[in-house]
Formats: sequence, structure tokens, C-alpha cells
Amino acid sequence: MLIRALHDEGVELIYGYPGGAVLHIYDAIFNQDKVEHILVRHEQAATHAADGYARATGRPGVVLVTSGPGATNAVTGIATAFMDSIPMIVISGQVDSSLIGSDGFQETDMVGISRPIVKHSFMVQNPADIPNIVKKAFYIATTGRPGPVVIDIPKDVTDPSKKFKYSYPESVKLRSYSVPAKGHTGQIKKAVEILLAAKRPILYTGGGVIQGEGSALLTELTQKLGYPITNTLMGLGAYPATDKQFLGMLGMHGTYEANMAMHFSDVVLGIGVRFDDRVTNTISKFCPGAKILHVDIDPASISKTVAADVPIVGSVTSVIEDMLELIKSSDTKIDRKALDLWWKQIDGWREKDSLKVVPAENDVIKPQQVIQCLYEITNGDAYVSSDVGQHQMFAAQYYKFDKPRRWINSGGLGTMGFGFPAAMGVQLAFPDAVSVCVTGEGSFQMNLQELATCLQYNLPVKIVCLNNQALGMVKQWQDMQYGGRYSHSTYAESLPDFIKLAEAYGHVGMRIEKLSELKQKMTEAFALKDRLVFIDVMVDPMEHVYPMAIKGGSMKDMILSKTERT
Amino acid sequence: MRHIISILLENEPGALSRVVGLFSQRNYNIESLTVAPTEDHTLSRLTITTVGDDRKIEQITKHLNKLVDVVKLVDLTEGAHIERELMLIKVKATGAQRDEVNRTADIFRAQIVDVTSTIYSIQVVGTSAKLDAFLAAINGITILEVARTGVSGVSRGEKVLSV
Ligand SMILES: Cc1ncc(C[n+]2csc(CCOP(=O)(O)OP(=O)(O)O)c2C)c(N)n1
Ligand SMILES: [Mg+2]
Repeated sequence: MLIRALHDEGVELIYGYPGGAVLHIYDAIFNQDKVEHILVRHEQAATHAADGYARATGRPGVVLVTSGPGATNAVTGIATAFMDSIPMIVISGQVDSSLIGSDGFQETDMVGISRPIVKHSFMVQNPADIPNIVKKAFYIATTGRPGPVVIDIPKDVTDPSKKFKYSYPESVKLRSYSVPAKGHTGQIKKAVEILLAAKRPILYTGGGVIQGEGSALLTELTQKLGYPITNTLMGLGAYPATDKQFLGMLGMHGTYEANMAMHFSDVVLGIGVRFDDRVTNTISKFCPGAKILHVDIDPASISKTVAADVPIVGSVTSVIEDMLELIKSSDTKIDRKALDLWWKQIDGWREKDSLKVVPAENDVIKPQQVIQCLYEITNGDAYVSSDVGQHQMFAAQYYKFDKPRRWINSGGLGTMGFGFPAAMGVQLAFPDAVSVCVTGEGSFQMNLQELATCLQYNLPVKIVCLNNQALGMVKQWQDMQYGGRYSHSTYAESLPDFIKLAEAYGHVGMRIEKLSELKQKMTEAFALKDRLVFIDVMVDPMEHVYPMAIKGGSMKDMILSKTERT
Repeated sequence: MRHIISILLENEPGALSRVVGLFSQRNYNIESLTVAPTEDHTLSRLTITTVGDDRKIEQITKHLNKLVDVVKLVDLTEGAHIERELMLIKVKATGAQRDEVNRTADIFRAQIVDVTSTIYSIQVVGTSAKLDAFLAAINGITILEVARTGVSGVSRGEKVLSV
């Protein structure tokens, strides 16, 4: 019944791992061919794969795990999805209803454990409730500000001998849950007037634009206004990165021009962003001269950290549509002279070329060069899933995403081990697309067991490992703030031979050590279209990510290189 | 400032823990909490008193509203309202103290609801401030036990919290 409900909901793929409490469900999976099940090798990977699938397609990812350890293994992935507002349904088995509360074998209070990291959760008490609960769960997970929903099902509830009349509801109505649709017209009008009268405006947009399918409208709005735009780490791809109005990513490792433009702006239009501390730096010093216009579907995100002068609660698409209309009919004309001056100032900042790569000597590869090379040989059109660390920041800075849903990374939680299973989920969603995982030798070792899953389902993911033989991001902080004392951040002497590892799992491994070979070998690897290739690129282990925000400062305070700061 | 937030909550398993969890998770404090079903058994009414500046209270109400089980809420302290709390207090009362406690109870319109030769059990109803004042007034009497219900309240006049 559960599987039938999933099928009726339009689910094609679920990621899971069996166990005692879900055996009835697995038997139901065996007896049908409509919903495909992907057997991962660790429940955490099931959640990340479903998450990658959801980020790439916009459809909710579905996970099935058993009770106890199966459920707790899924927790990191649920938290990852929650922080980034990703729609996901996690079905967890539970011990028999009669055993709940008795510390039965493999019993954990999954509803309790997951409570702070889900949008909502259900404990199913009667088999007949399954269709309704599934419908509600998908509705809640995918509407408003999306997020993960847990459905905990005791084993007896899925017992096939318990028959009931099945019908799948066509719609749901929840008196306690409503989805804000259109923004308040008066507020939008006010925002548009301020926006048009601005002298130094900037658009600052994030993951909400991607989740809300607002990229095309955002692009139209931005180009109509002719204003500069910056994206958050989560928002990359919402506006074409190769366009001249794009200033690059902002925030802790954002470009000089994006952060300077934010700091000196007089109007900030934030759309689908949450003024996260990794963006704002010190809140009290944030954009001192700017009026803040904030559009978000989640009222609780507005004025949470930075007070908004004009708050607008509504879906990104409807609000931008309204804005475009109002701009057309407004009498206020954009001050082109002021805007020209503003662009001149921005172009001055751009000249700093804060992402300039200084080549190393002796044919040593700089990590940034690997991403540049990847961008070139994939024509900027790959799905890039990333792990967490320096490599993630390099990928965000140097891969210029022109389309939404191409950049798949754990922004809010920063989960190492996310990238590879996510790339797997992307590949399952788009079998013919190029799905790349940019990772570090640290992060990769957190979910490498999925090499087996990729073999089983023929997933030709390309893994680009920026191997700096260290927990590079940790080491960078230790360089900068702890006098270079590398407490437990290096392990060069005990790294596995990744080539042999890939081969042991039946895949192709390749090592690149010289800059002069980089392009040719990468091209070779990507030419193996049907194979998973692990590309172990040995990079300069001393490289840092720059620019980097100076702690305690404002957005204009940045370290630009090992020798230069603002 | 002290705020009294009244919530209509789906009477579902786990709903209360979501509300309480939200407060601990986001570092908001709960001074008192009362909860019981309403005349409609699918709904519970919850009243929480909490302290915080306007910004914090705004965040609290926004996050509460986001909980799927929360049907409706109101910050009673935003307008004229009636708040009541009930306290049962057990004191040692012998000799001259019996009269004194009696008098104080009268002044506060409290009721002595149980009596033994050495003990009075008193019921006091009113605002939390009145209950505090009563405790201050019997200062000097040995208090054996205090049980307070926490605040419950409604808006004055026409305004109602209902679905
Ligand atoms: C699960 C988890 N544990 C710890 C961290 C803290 N952390 C952030 S980056 C990092 C180092 C990552 O190393 P690696 O994957 O090799 O990437 P690099 O920074 O070297 O590119 C660590 C330990 C984390 N983000 N996630
Ligand atoms: Mg590393």
C-alpha cells in the first residue's frame, strides 16, 4: 500500500537500505516494477543521493530506511536537506506498535530524534492512514519553504495481511498549514519605488530563487534594471555567471567586487536569501548605508538576523512578476547617471581580479586550475556536486554556472561526505548528463562505499579529487589563526591509493600530478563516458582560499592573498 | 517584556513536543505553559508566557506559526486581555498564625480548601503578579508546598481565538 501510494504520488525512484522493520515494504517492492529502488551501501548516502536528485530535478527525493541504526544513519542527510530547504521524504521503519516504548530491538524514537531537523513528521498508526499521510507528507515537503518530512511506520502497520480499501486522495487540505502565494501589493510597490530610485543598488539572491524556480524571472528583472547582481553559495546558477552584470559569489569567500558592492550599496534587494552569517560577516557592520528589501516565502527568515526595511512574504516567481509589472507602470525613472557611476566604481573593484590564479612553479598544479580545466572540458554544462572544504569553495568560485540546479552542494550544514552520493543521485536523475563530484581526499573517504552502488547501477560519475593530502580548510584556519599548528589535519603518510581503490570497486582510477598533463588527462577521463573515473589530482598542498572575510569586520574587510588585505 | 502567547494546536501526538522543542532549540525561554483540550476535541489550547524584546517575540511567533500543528496563535499581551493563574499552597498554620493566614486569604479573595489542625491548603486565583504578591504577604509563614498552573488567558471584548 505504501509503495502503491508512492507510485500514485508520481515517485519513480527511491533510495534505501533494508532491515527487519521494513521487510514487508521490501517485499512489496519486489512484487512490482513501477517504483525503482536503488540499494545504497549506507543510509546516509541514501539521503544525500535523494537530496542530489531533488536539487537537480526540483522533485522530492524519497528515502527508505529501517528502524534504529538505519534511521539514525539517515539523520545527517536529513539535517543537510533541512538546512538547505530541500524537499525530501524519509520513510523509516519502526518496531511493532506493541513494542514501542519498550526499548525493543532496533527501536529508536525517530520522530523525536529528527524533530529539530524536519519540516514535519508523521507516525503512522493505522494502515488505512497510509495514503493520506503520504499525500500530506509530499504536500508539506514540496510547498512553501520546502524541507524534509519523516514518515515513521511501525512494522505491523505494513503487514500485508491487514487489508483495507485503498484510495489515493487527489488533494489535501490542512487547516494548520497554508502556503503564502502572492506578496503584499503595497509592500511590493514600496520596494519597487525604492529600487528604482536607488543610486547604488545591488541584487543579492540565493537558494530560494532556485528552489522557487525563479531563475528566468530573476534574470529578466536584473537585465531590465541593469543593476549588479551577486549570488550566495546556494544561489549559484540562478543568474548566468558569465553575464557581465554578475559580480560573482558574495560572502566569506566571495569576490572582492561582490562584497565591496554590497558594503557600499544604498539599496539591497535580497531574494530567497537568509542573511546568513557566512554572508553578512558582523551583523552590526552589515551594509551600513543600505535600505534592505527582503523577499522570501518564509516569514521567519525575514528580519531574523538583519532587519528588513521592506519585508515581502511571497513566492519568488509571483513577487518578481509583480515587480516587473510595477516597474513598467512606475513614473520613477532609473537614475542612469548614478548607475553609470556605480558601475564605474564596481569596475574599479573588478580590476583587482580577486580570483586571479598565480601559477605555481615546477609544473605543480594549483587547485583552482583544476576547476578551470573542468569548466573548459565540460563546456560549463556539467552537474557539479561538491563535498565540503577548500575544493568546494574553489568549485564555487571558478566553475561559472549559467543554469540553475547545476551546482549541488551542502551549504547550510556543510556536510563532508555529501558530494559523491549526491552526484550519484544526479546521475540517476539524468543518466545521459555529465555528473561530476568535486571532492577532497578527506570528504571522499566519508562515503566512498558508494563506489559499489555506482558499479551495480552503472553510474558513470566523474570524481575529481583535489588531493592536497590534508583537511585543507581546517589547515588553512590553523595557518591563519593558530600559528600553523596542524592539529590533526594532516595524514599524508596514511592516504589510500585511490587508483587501486577505484579499481578494486571495478572502476577506473587515474592520477594527475603535473600541470602540463592536466588538460590531456582530464579530457581522457571524461572521454570514458560509460565508466566511473576517479581522477586523483595532486594539488599544491599549501594553497589557501581567497578572498576570505576578516572575522569581526564588515563585508568590505577581506584577506585577498597571503600578503594582501583590504 | 513578558508576553502571553495563546495557541490553538492540533490535538495530535507529538504536537506539544514540537512546540516545546522549538523553544529549547532556538534558545527561547518558557516561563510557564498550560495546555488542555478545548471544546473541540481535535484542538488543544496552549498558553505560554515568555520574555523577550519585540524582535525576539516576533521570531517566536513566526516560528510557532511555521509549525504544521499550530492552527492559530495570538500574543494576548498585544491588546487588552484577561489572564488568570491558579495556585494551590499548603502552609503550616498553628496558633496565632491561623488567624493571620485567614485574614491574608480574605484580602486576596483566596479560599482555604483544606484544613487540618496544623495545616491550611489555600487556593489563590488571579494574575501571576497577584499570586506573587500573596506569597510575599504570607512571608513568615512556613510554606510546605506550592503548585501553580501557569497562566491562561483570553482577549477582552469581541476578539476571539478560534478556527
Ligand atoms: C562531517 C564533517 N566533519 C567535519 C567537518 C569540518 N570540516 C570542514 S572542511 C574540512 C576539511 C575537508 O577536507 P577535504 O575533504 O580533504 O577538503 P579540502 O579542504 O582539503 O579541499 C573539515 C574537517 C565537516 N564540514 N563535516
Ligand atoms: Mg583535502
